[in-house]
Amino acid sequence: MAAVELSSLHKPERKQRSRRRSLTLIIDYSIMIALAAFFLFPIVFMVVSSFKPEKVIFDDLKTIVWAFIPREITFENFSSVFRRVPFGQFMFNSTFIVLATVSAGLVVNSMIAFALARLRWKGKTLVLSLVIALSIVPLDAIVVPLLVLVNEFPWIDGSIGWLDSLHVQIVPFIADAFSIFLFYQFFIGIPRDFDEAAYIDGGSPFAIYRRIIVPLSRPVFATVAILQALFLWSSYLWPLLATRGEASRPLTVGITSFYGQDVKWAQILAFASMITIPVLILFLLFQKWFVQSVAASGLKG
Amino acid sequence: MSAPALIGLFLFVAMPLFGGVYWSFTNKRLISPLPTEYIGFQNYQNLLGLLVVRVAPEIDEATGQIQMNLEGNPVYPRTRTVIRGDPAYKGYRYWFTADILGQRYVVIARDPTFLRSLINTFLFVLVIVPGQGGLALIMALLVNQRLRGRYVFRTIYFSPVVTSMAVLAIVWTFLYNPDQGLINRFLSAITFGRLQPDWLVSADSALLAIIILSAWQAAGFQMIIFLAGLQGIPQSLYEAAQIDGGNTWQQFRHVTIPQLRNTTIFVIISTTILAFRLFTQVDVMTKGGPQDATVTVVFHAVDTGFRQQKIGYGSAVTVLFFIIVVSIALMQRKLLRSDIELE
Repeated sequence: MAAVELSSLHKPERKQRSRRRSLTLIIDYSIMIALAAFFLFPIVFMVVSSFKPEKVIFDDLKTIVWAFIPREITFENFSSVFRRVPFGQFMFNSTFIVLATVSAGLVVNSMIAFALARLRWKGKTLVLSLVIALSIVPLDAIVVPLLVLVNEFPWIDGSIGWLDSLHVQIVPFIADAFSIFLFYQFFIGIPRDFDEAAYIDGGSPFAIYRRIIVPLSRPVFATVAILQALFLWSSYLWPLLATRGEASRPLTVGITSFYGQDVKWAQILAFASMITIPVLILFLLFQKWFVQSVAASGLKG
Repeated sequence: MSAPALIGLFLFVAMPLFGGVYWSFTNKRLISPLPTEYIGFQNYQNLLGLLVVRVAPEIDEATGQIQMNLEGNPVYPRTRTVIRGDPAYKGYRYWFTADILGQRYVVIARDPTFLRSLINTFLFVLVIVPGQGGLALIMALLVNQRLRGRYVFRTIYFSPVVTSMAVLAIVWTFLYNPDQGLINRFLSAITFGRLQPDWLVSADSALLAIIILSAWQAAGFQMIIFLAGLQGIPQSLYEAAQIDGGNTWQQFRHVTIPQLRNTTIFVIISTTILAFRLFTQVDVMTKGGPQDATVTVVFHAVDTGFRQQKIGYGSAVTVLFFIIVVSIALMQRKLLRSDIELE
C-alpha cells in the first residue's frame, strides 16, 4: 500500500519527505544517546573510579571527561574493602537469602495457585479473595509489628526470637500473595483436557501438578523467580531492622553501614562496584528473561 | 497443597497487619518496665493534632498602642509563650507561621514531623508519577521503533533497575556533592557556573534530588511495561490510520494513546504505590533532613516505631499509611474497571 502511494507522489515532494525522515532519525538518535548518557554515567563513573586512588578521583572530577577514563589503575580500594569488612560473608548472605527464598517460594506459591486454579474444594473462593486482598499489603506497612512478632517466635533449635539471623530474612518472604496471583493467572489459562486425561489414568492432584502443570509453566516460574530475586536482592528496610551484626547482614546493609562509619569514597565506590557488576553481568546474560518478566508483571492489571 | 503458603501469609502478613492495628491503640514500647495499656485514639490524636492560633500583637502597656519594631511592623509574642499561655495547647509544637491579610497565624501541631512527612510523600508521588511515567513512555516509544541499536538502548535504560537502591543512593550522594560532585561540575560547565544547586544539603532542593534519583532508577521498569503495551497494539490499526491519511502525531493521538489506556492506568497505580513506600533513598542520603525536608511516612514510622522504640506510635503511622495506600489503590482500580466497562 505504501509503495503505491509513494510512486504516485511528485519527485520534489518525495525528496522533501525523505529529508524529513532523516531529520526525525537524527532527532530520535540524539534523544536516545542523551538518555543513554543520563542512565549510564553514574554506573560508569562508579566502576571507573573504583580503580583509582582517592586523590585521583577528586582531581579527575575537575575536568569531567577524565572522571570517566581510568588513567591510573589500582586494586588497592578493593583490597581495602576486603580488609575492613567481611565482604565474602555479606555476598554469601545476600546470595543465600535470595536463592533460599526464591526456590522455596516457587514451590509454596505455585502449589497454592495450582489448588486455587485447578482443584475443586470448599472455601476456595474465600481463600482466593483473601490472597488478592493481602497482595496489596505493602511490606512497609507492617514492618514495625512484624519485627515485634518475629522477636517472639520460636525457632527449630529451641531459641526464642528470630532477630539477627538469616532465616528472619528468608521465612517471612517465602509465601507471597503477588507471586500466587501470577501463578494463578497462568495456571488458569492451561487447557483442562490435560488434567482430565491424567485423572482418568488415576493420577493424584499432586502428580498432575508435578508432571503436567509445572513442565508447562516454565515461563511463569522464570517470571516469578526474577521478580522476587530483584526485590529480595535490593531489600534494605527489613534487614536494616532485623539484623545487628555482620554475620547475618546482606550487602545492602553492609555497604550502608560501611558508608556510615568513615567516608572513603574510593573504597565505597569499589564496594558498590563489587555489588553491582555481578548483577549487571547476570542481567546481560539473561536479558530476555528479565524483560519478559517485567512485561508480564504489567499485563496483570 | 495450600497449607504452607496460607500459614506463611497468616503469620507474616495477616498477623502483623492485625497486630499493628491492635498496637496502634496502645502505648506499647519495645523495651519498657511499664505494662502496655489501651489508650484509645491517643496515638492518632498525637499524629494528626493540628491547631491554627490567631496571635494578637503585643500591646505597649504604657500607651495601650500596638508595639512596633524598628521596621514598623507589629511585634508578636514568641510562639513558645503562645503555646505555654493556654493549657489547651499542651503537647503542641510550632510548625509554621502564616501572615494572612495583616493577621498573624501560628500553626501548631502535636507531631509536625508526621504532617511534614505526609506533605513530602504526597509531593513526591505527585511529581514522580507523571515525571517518571512520561519519561518511561518516551523511552518506550523511542526503542519501539525499528531502529538500529534499539536493543542496546533498551538494555542501557533498564540497567539501573537491576541494581540496588541502597547502593545507588550512596553513589548518587557523591554525584550530588555541591562542590566536588560530578553533577554540579557538569552543570557548572554548561551554564558557566550559574547553576549550582546545593542538592541534598539544602531544604529547598533535597526532595528534588531524591526525585531525580528515584526516576532514574525505576523508569526502565515502566518503560518495559509500556513497551509490552505498545507491542500489543494490533498493527492493523496503524495501517487503517495510514489509509485514512493520518500523520504520525494523529496516529499517536488516536491509536496509541487510547490503546495504551489500560497499560497507562496500571503504570500509574503501581508507580503510585511504590512511590508511597519511599524509604531507602531517604534513609541513606538524608535521614529525613535537612529540616524535615525529605522525611516520608515510612521513614517516620521506622524512626518512631523502631529507632525510638515506640511500637504503638509507629504502628499508628503504618496503619494510616496502609489506609492511604489501600484507598488510593482501590480508587484507581475502580477507575480502571469503569474504563473497561465503557469500552
